[in-house]
Amino acid sequence: MTTRIDRRMAKLKAEGRPALVTYIMGGDPDYDTSLSIMKALPVSGSDIIELGMPFSDPMADGPAIQAAGLRALKGGHTLARTLKMASDFRAGDDETPIVLMGYYNPIYIYGVDRFLADAKASGIDGLIVVDLPPEMDEELCIPALKAGVNFIRLATPTTDDKRLPKVLENTSGFVYYVSMTGITGSALADTAKVSAAVTRIKGHTALPVCVGFGVKTAEQARVIGASADGVVVGTAIVNAIANVLGPKGEKTADPAEAVATLVSGLAQGVRAARLAAAE
Amino acid sequence: MNKPAMPNSFRTGPDEQGMFGIFGGRFVAETLMPLILDLEEQWNKAKNDPEFKAELQNLSTHYAGRPSKLYFAEGLTKHLGGAKVYFKREDLNHTGSHKINNCLGQILLAKRMGKKRIIAETGAGQHGVASATVAARFGYPCVVYMGATDVARQSPNVFRMKLLGAEVRPVTAGHGTLKDAMNEALRDWVTNVEDTYYLIGTAAGPHPYPELVRDFQSVIGSEARAQMLEQEGRLPDVIIAAVGGGSNAIGLFHPFLDDKDVRIIGVEAGGRGLDGVEHCASMNAGKPGVLHGNRTYLLQNADGQILDGHSISAGLDYPGVGPEHSWLRDSGRVQYEPILDDEALEAFQLTTRVEGIIPALESAHAIAHAMKIVPKMDKDQLVIVNLSGRGDKDVHTVAKMLGMEI
Repeated sequence: MTTRIDRRMAKLKAEGRPALVTYIMGGDPDYDTSLSIMKALPVSGSDIIELGMPFSDPMADGPAIQAAGLRALKGGHTLARTLKMASDFRAGDDETPIVLMGYYNPIYIYGVDRFLADAKASGIDGLIVVDLPPEMDEELCIPALKAGVNFIRLATPTTDDKRLPKVLENTSGFVYYVSMTGITGSALADTAKVSAAVTRIKGHTALPVCVGFGVKTAEQARVIGASADGVVVGTAIVNAIANVLGPKGEKTADPAEAVATLVSGLAQGVRAARLAAAE
Repeated sequence: MNKPAMPNSFRTGPDEQGMFGIFGGRFVAETLMPLILDLEEQWNKAKNDPEFKAELQNLSTHYAGRPSKLYFAEGLTKHLGGAKVYFKREDLNHTGSHKINNCLGQILLAKRMGKKRIIAETGAGQHGVASATVAARFGYPCVVYMGATDVARQSPNVFRMKLLGAEVRPVTAGHGTLKDAMNEALRDWVTNVEDTYYLIGTAAGPHPYPELVRDFQSVIGSEARAQMLEQEGRLPDVIIAAVGGGSNAIGLFHPFLDDKDVRIIGVEAGGRGLDGVEHCASMNAGKPGVLHGNRTYLLQNADGQILDGHSISAGLDYPGVGPEHSWLRDSGRVQYEPILDDEALEAFQLTTRVEGIIPALESAHAIAHAMKIVPKMDKDQLVIVNLSGRGDKDVHTVAKMLGMEI
């Protein structure tokens, strides 16, 4: 089975550059705006889209992504609407991989089988579910793999060599290396340590390794992209949206344009990554 | 025919995956997984280590003041005119509630594991105070996460924690109650994995917390069972405890689970009624879901978003419940009943007047249910109510509800 993720990663590998993986919260600040932001991502140079599924209690997220989720929920967003958003996006783009990211409870309540069928039909390629470690694989990971949806696992600085094989066992698409112990949006860890960790993980798997948590600027994207197969940016994008919203949530500028500007810069960063590394 | 077969024992859970039937488990971020596996390993060693048990026993006796008394509540019994009511006096423990039982056990675990810093979440502040107390006693820095709403309504406990040297961090997310405090404590833990011990106060969270908190709290039920046999020569007919996360309740219930003639009742916060969203009766009005590391009954909407709930009692103001309670509910062994804010308030006042005991609002929920059933019982029947904590901390809340100024 190859998915859009596999095909995209293979293509980028041939081009000799890392992927830019961009995260947005589905429905933030509202459905239409969020869809227009999503459409702007590949145009601005994003290679893979992580689409956040808002949850009332995002235990691994910092204040920026917590606030984005609350904005979406306040606007009436639901898991069903996140799937619809993916489906609407797919109508105009059948190439860019979409990975849903969030927490398990909304999926559990939606119903795992129904969710996988609807996700597949909406053009979803992979899932990142923060609170499902390998110990809970029977819940969603195994059914997802059977349904032909990649299950992308997080590896963290606390995942030692003894545990890595367990984490990698049912992982597909790519491995998401969380650069630090902490919540999303914290300061970037020591980049030398991050590259060492990427090398360590690559010793255990042939899957691409993408690095996230703390990457905010094009320069950071370039440095991380020198060793990683992909660079994930989330909080910085979510902040770019928040920055053009007034105190009552009214738009003071076009959020899609603000995101496009940021992502174009990040895209230049990842494209410079291997050039710099080769020097 | 459709009922699942009754297990031979209700006291064998959880299984190796940390499950009680479909409930429990380890629904946590990968960053925390190695930590909870380590905790499980250390806990399995500690619980069979005579030295660990002796140290805990010594502290329980000389520091916490155990065993707590099983007190015949004569005034309340006369007033209700039915079965004999006994109070298990956890309010007489050091720090004023059952929370110290668990905190002493876990601080010894933290010490064994070489941790350097303690974090805790708290609702009513009882667990925060108990955590701050053991941290002071053992010389650890301690950070307590507490919802901003709870900080306001439980100010005496906030001050106690500060006196004990803990840092109280108010959490403004959500309704600013226990759920939000727990989210923030988990965020701290996922950030400070190297040196921090998360001292969870209730019998919930990822495995092994529900099990180890239960085991540390089971001293309540073990003592009560022996005391009742000694004082009355037989087991009680009914035992009752309030259930928020459910640590005092599972502590009382667990040693009685296989005594099939003992009826067991957990009392949930019915708030302003189960029709709306202003209650915390997750087992009467919620459905199974996944939050804070475990699957359990939760108050949630059709999209799986967790609701905030409401209770007059900060300690019961939680939209979930420990996973073992969910399992005991579904298996039918324990019956869970809601009690409204007003009923709890009435029980609070009555107990104060006829017993000279000011109960915590949490415990007042359990007493309120006793008030409903005891008058219908025979005079030779026996009821134990877990008086999980004292109510000094609640006098401001109660005064406000009664329209008084203090």
